[in-house]
Amino acid sequence: MDLSSLTIAAARKALDAKDFSSLELTNAYVQNIAARDKEIHAYLEVWEDSARAEAKAADERIAKGDAKPLTGIPLAIKDNILIKGRVASSASKILENYRASYDATVITKLKEQGAVFLGRTNMDEFAMGSSTENSAFGPTRNPADTSRVPGGSSGGSAAAVSGSMALAALGSDTGGSIRQPASHCGIVGLKTTYGSVSRFGLMPMGSSLDQIGPLTRTVEDARILFDAIRGNDTYDSTSLPDYPLKEKGKVVGVPRAFMKEGVDDGVKSVFEKTLEALVKGGYEVRDVDMPNLPYALPVYYIICPAEVSTNLARYDGIRYGLSSPADTIHEVYTKTRGIGFGPEVRRRILIGTFVLSSGYADAYYRKARDVRNLIRADFERAFDSVDAIALPTAPGPAFKIGEKTNDPLAMYLEDIFSVTPNLAGVPAISVPAGSVERDDKELPVGFQLVGPMRGEGTLFTIAKDIEKSR
Amino acid sequence: MTQKVDVRALANLARLEVSDEELARLEKEIPAILGFVETIQAVSGAAGEVAPEVRNVMREDVNPHESGIHTEELLSAAPSRKGDLVAVKQVLSRKK
Repeated sequence: MDLSSLTIAAARKALDAKDFSSLELTNAYVQNIAARDKEIHAYLEVWEDSARAEAKAADERIAKGDAKPLTGIPLAIKDNILIKGRVASSASKILENYRASYDATVITKLKEQGAVFLGRTNMDEFAMGSSTENSAFGPTRNPADTSRVPGGSSGGSAAAVSGSMALAALGSDTGGSIRQPASHCGIVGLKTTYGSVSRFGLMPMGSSLDQIGPLTRTVEDARILFDAIRGNDTYDSTSLPDYPLKEKGKVVGVPRAFMKEGVDDGVKSVFEKTLEALVKGGYEVRDVDMPNLPYALPVYYIICPAEVSTNLARYDGIRYGLSSPADTIHEVYTKTRGIGFGPEVRRRILIGTFVLSSGYADAYYRKARDVRNLIRADFERAFDSVDAIALPTAPGPAFKIGEKTNDPLAMYLEDIFSVTPNLAGVPAISVPAGSVERDDKELPVGFQLVGPMRGEGTLFTIAKDIEKSR
Repeated sequence: MTQKVDVRALANLARLEVSDEELARLEKEIPAILGFVETIQAVSGAAGEVAPEVRNVMREDVNPHESGIHTEELLSAAPSRKGDLVAVKQVLSRKK
């Protein structure tokens, strides 16, 4: 078996045909992790013993002819998704030793299918960041060029898949945290329709934005994993009713005015070539006017910190996690949170506290909510005339480790094209589309497609056509 | 719009201990970030009321689990406990 090109779909066939067993496959990944992950640091913890046990159980199930699409498939799980009895730290000191007391709904679904869990992957602390450098446990390196970041916040999941250290992975996407690392690592990443995949058991960051989704090598694999984890869940209060995937027509819109500035030339050229390939493949590409998109990033950096500051109030040193001893309860809170949270998390909590504070909430938070509705309306209007909207996933290729760590605004700009679908709740996929050369290394570049609510079917169809055209 | 942000007061509201050194840095960074997000003030007009696709839907309050079956599991995560209670420092105190 060649792990560097193996897909879930191919592994399924091979497992069912008994070409190799899940145990052999799992062992191959465990060996690869041992060989490569010292350098890459995609994983915070590898569960080789339990993974082998899960693989053996999967092999028995396969032998009985009872295999589901993910039975025996070795997966990596982002460190902010709960697996009962396992440490889930969100790459934060404040939860360094926290063990989950229940399974996230997505984990329950994967366990029912008999998937194999290889380990938990590194991330920006509490999913805040675009490079995985904000992990309390050290950065992850991009397998395509180890002097560069893998993107973030699901950088560990992306590097695990692109580095052949997992067949596929789960990540979470609040403003691009699945798609941007997928783009930087040369794999497929899907941000699912808000409400399609249960958030139960995902550590909340921006609750109106967060979604769990797959990081995979191919579009087909993304669909397989998406089908396995989606579905209505009464444990998530904003869960959508189940819906069938529909494929719609062949009109792709491009908000040209929004892309005029700030895009790397190489990324732009990959984007244009991909559009040309779509036209050759029978698609119509047309401009769409979405006048409020330039405000998406500022809106995001109000809404997200506001939700962060409320969501992270739960980490207080009382019920679980780190607790710093002090004389008064106030000091227990302030010291625990001061020691437990890293700089970016603290920054966002403070910004969120500001934009929600009395006297400023109208000008910031409520205004941002209004503009968010305008952005949502821009998408609705655009989808009256097009089936999907194309954008670069990120404005540039993977950057050097340390390049943006001292400039929070430069880091935020990394999300300029990826935050808009989260604000609108609509699905978006990043699919590998080409590469740019930097320092004699080929750096992958992704192409982003945004669909209407419940529009994953259309995204898969177009993304597959892009895959085929390369 | 924002001239000076009282970061120390925000940190106190957010129950967050921040060192003097970090405070000095944040006093520069936070106004810069707020200056960036303030660009939305230029947007006029509002979208018509849109019926949201997803609303908060609560579960029916039925079929409770057997009392106590999760107690040990949840309490074992607490940094400090007394019997079946989470122990905390005194919350209310008499003024000195």
